[in-house]
Amino acid sequence: MSVDAMALEGATPLERSRSAVRVETFKYDNHIVRAFAIATAIWGLVGTAAGLLIACQLFWPQLNLDTPFTTFGRIRPLHTNAVIFAFVGNGMFCGIYYSLQRLCKARMFSDALSWINFWGWQGIIVSAAITLPLGLTTSKEYAELEWPIDIAIAVVWVAFTINLLGTILKRREKHMYVAIWFYISTAITVAMLHIFNSLEIPAGLFKSYSIYAGVQDALVQWWYGHNAVAFFLTTPYLGMMYYFLPKAANRPVFSYRLSIIHFWGLIFIYIWAGPHHLLYTALPDWAQSLGMVFSVMLVAPSWGGMINGLLTLRGAWDKVRQDPMLKFMVVAVTAYGMATLEGPMLAVKSVNALSHYTDWTIAHVHTGALGWNGFLTFSMLYWLFPRLYNTKLWSTKLANYHFWIGLLGMMFYIVPMYTSGITQGLMWKQFNKDGFLQYPNFLETTIRLIPMYELRAIGGTFYIVGIILMMVNLYKTAKAGQFVGDQEAQAPALDPAATRETARLGHRWLEGVPVTFTVLATVAVIVGGLIEIVPMFLIKENVPTIASVKPYTPLEVLGRDIYIREGCVGCHSQMIRPFRSETERYGEYSKVGEFVYDHPFLWGSKRTGPDLHRIGGKYPDAWHYNHMENPRSTSPESIMPNYPWLLSQKVDATVAGDRMRALRKVGVPYTDEEIQNASKSIDAQSKKVVMNLAVGAITNAPGDREIIAVIAYLQRLGTDIKAGGSALTNAVAAAQPNN
Amino acid sequence: MSVLFILILVSLGLALSFLAGFIWAVKSGQFEDTCTPSMRILTEETTQATKTSKSFKQNELKPS
Repeated sequence: MSVDAMALEGATPLERSRSAVRVETFKYDNHIVRAFAIATAIWGLVGTAAGLLIACQLFWPQLNLDTPFTTFGRIRPLHTNAVIFAFVGNGMFCGIYYSLQRLCKARMFSDALSWINFWGWQGIIVSAAITLPLGLTTSKEYAELEWPIDIAIAVVWVAFTINLLGTILKRREKHMYVAIWFYISTAITVAMLHIFNSLEIPAGLFKSYSIYAGVQDALVQWWYGHNAVAFFLTTPYLGMMYYFLPKAANRPVFSYRLSIIHFWGLIFIYIWAGPHHLLYTALPDWAQSLGMVFSVMLVAPSWGGMINGLLTLRGAWDKVRQDPMLKFMVVAVTAYGMATLEGPMLAVKSVNALSHYTDWTIAHVHTGALGWNGFLTFSMLYWLFPRLYNTKLWSTKLANYHFWIGLLGMMFYIVPMYTSGITQGLMWKQFNKDGFLQYPNFLETTIRLIPMYELRAIGGTFYIVGIILMMVNLYKTAKAGQFVGDQEAQAPALDPAATRETARLGHRWLEGVPVTFTVLATVAVIVGGLIEIVPMFLIKENVPTIASVKPYTPLEVLGRDIYIREGCVGCHSQMIRPFRSETERYGEYSKVGEFVYDHPFLWGSKRTGPDLHRIGGKYPDAWHYNHMENPRSTSPESIMPNYPWLLSQKVDATVAGDRMRALRKVGVPYTDEEIQNASKSIDAQSKKVVMNLAVGAITNAPGDREIIAVIAYLQRLGTDIKAGGSALTNAVAAAQPNN
Repeated sequence: MSVLFILILVSLGLALSFLAGFIWAVKSGQFEDTCTPSMRILTEETTQATKTSKSFKQNELKPS
């Protein structure tokens, strides 16, 4: 396959055959595809390596190294962000930039936008890799990045969207192949999700508070979280499946009609399924049921797509035996099918009652990430590199090794996590014959899982070794070949007859540039308006529903910010579900009215440690002090990291005023007086904590350390409904439809 | 819980825009041919590959 030869030969026969139509010559941009491909491989290694580190920390807590920057709570969001946005994000751009040009028979709309997309995205990833270990986080899962980076994401995403739509508008192929529809839905929906979930009020350069509180924040977050899985991890990759799978097998997709039904069915159902992340929480019941019903319905289009992918290979399974690229693809599509059957199942309330907060969720998401996204990306890279470099893959044998090592790694990851999740879920719920909890000590259920965590780390190691093999293979392939940066191609201009036909339908008019800009401007205005109106609307709504629930004191606000900074929410939920097994273990179940001042909500989604919503008053202050310094001093065999820096770092009390003012903007009713007297209030409350510590034989504790603020916050948690009349009945009686 | 209604409105807006896209696609004949698009993507687009497209048509579409 020589490119020079192809440039010389092909032109004339095509021109002759379509003499009536003007044939245009143009060049596909392979530079941008290569850039994204390299970034995909590198970030894939970084993201999985971060994952391996935190996996090992779970059975070997010393690996947290006792420094803030390497501790689980801060590295976990780094891992999830690196895998989702860096690895899959770059993989998605790589696949889209390659296939879109070929499907549209056009170069990308603008090279400048392509490179803004590339460098902007890498800049965002690097800033995430710096800010997250520094503890600069909003704590909202997969949306942890702070507000300046949020703005950068929006800008880069708009550049990508314009580039995508621009390319589609100048396409030379009238029919839009189904992959293009998947790409469009990705661009539009991700933009909307990101904007709505990231509405926040800054309280400093790298600190902000979500405009939503409590249950509202939870709902917006999981509406975002679920749809990020749908429209970031799924739809672009489905588009890529519909392009690269037929290409690799060199046969058309099993049913093009089914692929169209797959697309429309999927996107219409997906956006309603978000509440399944909040089953049995304080979210209204009807919203939970709505989420559950739509989640179950999702099986249909998802499996339609999976079957369509697998049946494409009918009669071509001999190729699968020989071609590692197809092997990866088959596993990816199968993993898609497994994850999309399991997802609806986990969204059924009775299953969720067992699975939620356990490692079952971890197994589920890794079926998707390692199997679907990972293997599809590897498949694509193995297919792309020989084509970009106009050569053959350096070693098919090595790619086969990668396949088997990767598959083995996946199995060693997923199976132990299922075992672990179901084991712990059952242990939490187990009562003995006298009606008491069989395992009243949470730690007992954690220690039982440690062998599973060790097996999981072995699986992760295998998977990473596979990625390294791939990188060697791709590097050698690139070395052996000659890079084709601008690949020449020819295609007839769009048929004038077709243009006339669409003009009759008003399509041409819609495509006009002025109209595009009008639409974009209108969207911008609507979004701008909503940003102003929505908070007002919501603040009014956030009136206290339980009279005894009061805003946090200044010291508690600072303590809560440290709790957010350290990523405590990654392992500790603050949401007690209304099950007897939970109320026996933790106390009264969580009420929606208790969270009206929680910006952001900290309900969490995983219990590697126990729930903390009723931790307030459960242990003395001194217990928390010792526990944070070294968890194993109070809880032998605990896998929680040490937090010695909380004992030595001073609290920055000067920011309390700014923080309270920002919180007031989002609806927490602090008075001017309270804000002015913040430092006095902090001093007074700190002294109380220091006195309590002295009672517990900790006499040398200075009152200006971070640990004091954290203790103040933890001791406040979940206690408000007991205040006043001390019993819950009083609190509920005090609940009133305010204003 | 007014945020629920905002989310429902936003989601509905999105769904309606998808619906508009769907109606446009059907009306402009995007889905009239559900056979050749899947084969067309297999033909190579580069200048050399236009030959492949010809041979593909001759070899693959004749039998069956």
